[in-house]
Amino acid sequence: MADSHATAVQDVAAANPELRHHFADMAQQKNAASLGMWLFLVTEIMFFGGMFCAYLVYRVAHFNAFAAGSQQLSIKLGAFNTAVLLISSLTVVLAVKAAESGNRKQLVTYLVLTVLLGLTFLGVKAIEYTEKFEKHHVPGSSFQFTDTFDDNGQHKPVNPHEAELFFSLYFAMTGMHALHMIIGCGLFSVLVVLAWKGRYTPQYFTPIENAGLYWHLVDIIWIYLFPLLYLISRHS
Amino acid sequence: MASAAIPANQIPETTNYLTNGFSLKSWLLTTDHKRIAMLYLISITLFFFLGGFFAMLIRLELLTPQGDLMTADTYNKVFTAHGMIMVFFFLIPVVPAILGNFLIPIMIGAKDLAFPRINLLSWYLYVLGGILILHVMLTGGVDTGWTFYSPFSTQFTNTNIIEAGLAAFIAGFSSIFTGLNFIVTIHRMRAPGLTWNRLPLFVWANYATSIIMILGTPVVAITIVLVAVERLFHLGIFDPKLGGDPLLFQHLFWFYSHPAVYIMILPSMGVISELITCFSRKRVFGYKFVALSSIAIAVIGFLVWAHHMFVAGISLYAAMIFSFLTFFVGVPSAIKVFNWTATLYKGSIEYATPMLYAFGFIGLFTIGGLTGLFLATLGVDVHVTDTYFVVAHFHYVMVGGVLMGYLGGMHFWWPKISGRMYPEGWAKLSALFVFVGFNLTFFPQFILGYVGMPRRYWQYPPEFQVLNVLSTAGASVLAVGYLLPMIYFLWSLRYGELAPANPWNAAGLEWQTSSPPPTFNFDETPTVTWEAYNYEEIDSKPQEVPVGR
Amino acid sequence: MSKYLPLWPDQASTIAGQVDALYIYLLLVSAAMVFLIFTAVFVLAVKYRRQPGSQAHPIEGSSILEITWSVIPFGVMITFFLWGAILYFKERTPPADATEIYVVAKQWMWKIEHLEGQREINELHIPTGQNIKLVMTSQDVIHSFFVPAFRLKQDVLPGRYTTLWFKATQPGTYHLFCAEYCGTSHSGMIGNIVVMEPQDYAQWLSGGPQAPLPEAGKQLFASLGCSTCHRFDIQGRGPNLQGAYNKPVLLEDGRTVIADENYVRESILNPTAKIVNGFQPIMPTFQGLVSEEQLNALVAYIKSLSQPPTGAAAAGNQAAAPPAGQPQTTQVQ
Repeated sequence: MADSHATAVQDVAAANPELRHHFADMAQQKNAASLGMWLFLVTEIMFFGGMFCAYLVYRVAHFNAFAAGSQQLSIKLGAFNTAVLLISSLTVVLAVKAAESGNRKQLVTYLVLTVLLGLTFLGVKAIEYTEKFEKHHVPGSSFQFTDTFDDNGQHKPVNPHEAELFFSLYFAMTGMHALHMIIGCGLFSVLVVLAWKGRYTPQYFTPIENAGLYWHLVDIIWIYLFPLLYLISRHS
Repeated sequence: MASAAIPANQIPETTNYLTNGFSLKSWLLTTDHKRIAMLYLISITLFFFLGGFFAMLIRLELLTPQGDLMTADTYNKVFTAHGMIMVFFFLIPVVPAILGNFLIPIMIGAKDLAFPRINLLSWYLYVLGGILILHVMLTGGVDTGWTFYSPFSTQFTNTNIIEAGLAAFIAGFSSIFTGLNFIVTIHRMRAPGLTWNRLPLFVWANYATSIIMILGTPVVAITIVLVAVERLFHLGIFDPKLGGDPLLFQHLFWFYSHPAVYIMILPSMGVISELITCFSRKRVFGYKFVALSSIAIAVIGFLVWAHHMFVAGISLYAAMIFSFLTFFVGVPSAIKVFNWTATLYKGSIEYATPMLYAFGFIGLFTIGGLTGLFLATLGVDVHVTDTYFVVAHFHYVMVGGVLMGYLGGMHFWWPKISGRMYPEGWAKLSALFVFVGFNLTFFPQFILGYVGMPRRYWQYPPEFQVLNVLSTAGASVLAVGYLLPMIYFLWSLRYGELAPANPWNAAGLEWQTSSPPPTFNFDETPTVTWEAYNYEEIDSKPQEVPVGR
Repeated sequence: MSKYLPLWPDQASTIAGQVDALYIYLLLVSAAMVFLIFTAVFVLAVKYRRQPGSQAHPIEGSSILEITWSVIPFGVMITFFLWGAILYFKERTPPADATEIYVVAKQWMWKIEHLEGQREINELHIPTGQNIKLVMTSQDVIHSFFVPAFRLKQDVLPGRYTTLWFKATQPGTYHLFCAEYCGTSHSGMIGNIVVMEPQDYAQWLSGGPQAPLPEAGKQLFASLGCSTCHRFDIQGRGPNLQGAYNKPVLLEDGRTVIADENYVRESILNPTAKIVNGFQPIMPTFQGLVSEEQLNALVAYIKSLSQPPTGAAAAGNQAAAPPAGQPQTTQVQ
């Protein structure tokens, strides 16, 4: 009885070189990996949540300054980046689909596209940060802020310290987001190489799915960041 | 007694997880959850004694009203080190990383945790955090208290806050990954037939703990990042002169740090459930209530954080809401204490060392928990907060609770972990030292707090001296109680009686494997058809190995 | 109590006895609970100890028992909550007639300014039988003003005022401690509360040469140029502050706030934060240009503009009477 069980275990293992020894079968392994990834995403939400909380508190307390700071951001670049990320989430979905149907070429293509789109996002971010630097809007000793809050034609003066607070949170939140983008691009680059080598089959493409989940979360975080940071009081 | 042990010339030939490879590499690159638990045991024990060393320095300084043993700055760094090490490097990981890691897969009939490599990563993160904090201490320490309130921590202190924060940040990720691992393991890798309602309560407790770990720890992580960023770039996130709010720091900090104390106590409560059932030979009274109380504590624990801020400047109405919610969280803890006590009724109770620790836990946790109600009561809290009353309260629950549970668990599962029995006489003596020493150390501090001695004081008015001397005297007794197990556990590794698979004739899958277990825990995944704590069934069978010592 | 083994702090305020009563109630209930649990465990552990032939009887549980021992303790806890909340409400609601004393905390000392002009360091003289309200701020980090004999403490924050009120009952000298860790000499930031009989206090007060706080504030108001815009005779560029203190103020964004001490302080340090409706945002900031003590003086002065000439405050607190026909330019609701 024990022997036939042992043989059955060996057969499953032989058929699935990716099966780790402590799992009974691939289904259990995939389930576990998915649940693990979702839980990790929850921790990421809590992590960013702290910053969103700080942002919320200070925006209510210093609305004029936050609006003035927001008006200094480039809404065009922000919107462009939003579109870039949304498309990249699409390429991720298509990559997963390609993996599912065993199409290696397509899978690699979509993974590469995702990375390129991610790098585009980061490139635009670099442009935005450079602009901030030039305008002396980077918090710290060289920070200067003389703009006002344009409230439908009425120019309301703003405490530069409070504006600096806006930019501190801007850099903290978009910076942390950018860091996660860089990690994501790195992750997907590794997947490109492994996919090219034929590592992923319709029976085993969990890493593609889970990396995809990560990418989607980072995208969603941006979807929240963009209106909160860029779109305060933009009716003019 | 000797008949329960296996004579040396009949040692089984099969390898176990300890003998499966002796090289350093086989340990440092292991993915076996039991070996990782042992790696944690060594590193956590080292930090415990380091934290204890700082405690000794504190109590020595407080023997006299004047600050005469060390400078005020040094004292401030010493109590900060004591707090940081004990909180982040001992209390948070001790039961989950050692006992949880070792036992959870076996208790649920699995070969390992869901993510063994992440488990190893968790240990390395702990070690990395530990190295950083040691480096901080060697390069002058930090002097903010473990709570590092702004603006002192962000603008005024000259000590190495960023590195200390990084150490805590990294240790936090160790915690997060452990929690993640446990949740996935418990959800996805239970043996066939092992439904949620058949799980040992130790597993339920660690599950609830893991929820807190993954939801709470990231918030303190981002708080540390904000503090570091403010220090590095002179930002004003928490600086009122620059539009910031020092109270925001406190909210963000306590949002994690309050649930953190439930991370500390819940696993120990899980241990107590195992001990009381085994040494009363019966199922716990109200299994479902105890299991769900763990979850209730985890959830409600997230709603009470501002009870640390009643005099901090929050609004009157916010204070009332948090006070009310805090009373709620006391209820599930009370349920557990009552249920454990009720389990003793009509049991068949053995006074083995683990059971003595369980009794101690019930007594001390009751006192600690009740004094928490004092602190939840607004009118009293205004007087006793930030005094030694709070210090006494949290040491009762952390030391009288968490540590007693841990020691009870270590004694209980030592035969399983090491394959050896510890010497019962010495163990009972140590338990007595711990209980007496503990009460002598911390009970006077309740009085000290009410008469007005604030916490974190290097020097104090002379009339507080007698109570402080009593406390220090107790601490020296307590220290003996902690050193003895170190000695006899190590002694037992070589000279202790060999342990059978189930020296306590206990229920639970971990007792179905050998002591120590083989690397893959089970030859065949068991199928579970019995309820947890099926002592009636176990005790009705004729025993091959007599129990009782 | 014994000088060497104090088991209970002195009672020196009207609230101390009430806090003690609640504490004793909690002690009694807790003692009963501890006694119950300890006895239960002890008795059960002995009665059901393992003996030859003894057997455990499994009991699954009892929902009724569970509910009972959840509901009843919770009910008791509600009494703790209610009594504590009522006491807390009293502690945090200063009476309107309380005499104000300003406290500035800094590393590592307490600086105290009486309205009459008396300044003290690490010592606070107060009379018995009078409601006292401390208006406190910190120059640097968070501190906490703690008087065990009063059973009161309140954190003192930088950038804002927090308040603590009490009425002393018993002449004597009592400990003052800092109760929020604040750095090197946190445990050295201690002092005395000296409670005196009213006549002794009056005598002590008259011994000081300094100008009353509102008077100092009035001088600052002129020397800093505040009076250029905040005029009392005609409508100036800034709101008329006569009678403005503690009244509701309509802001230009539609909010209404109360012009309390924190509002006055914020308006001096961060004028664009809350602009009064109908006025231009032209007031310059005085952040970094005024010390905490000067801020206290200005706040005291502005408060004095709301008090009638024969007010309840100590002598010297005379505000300028507004001229007849004074146009009210501050919007009041």
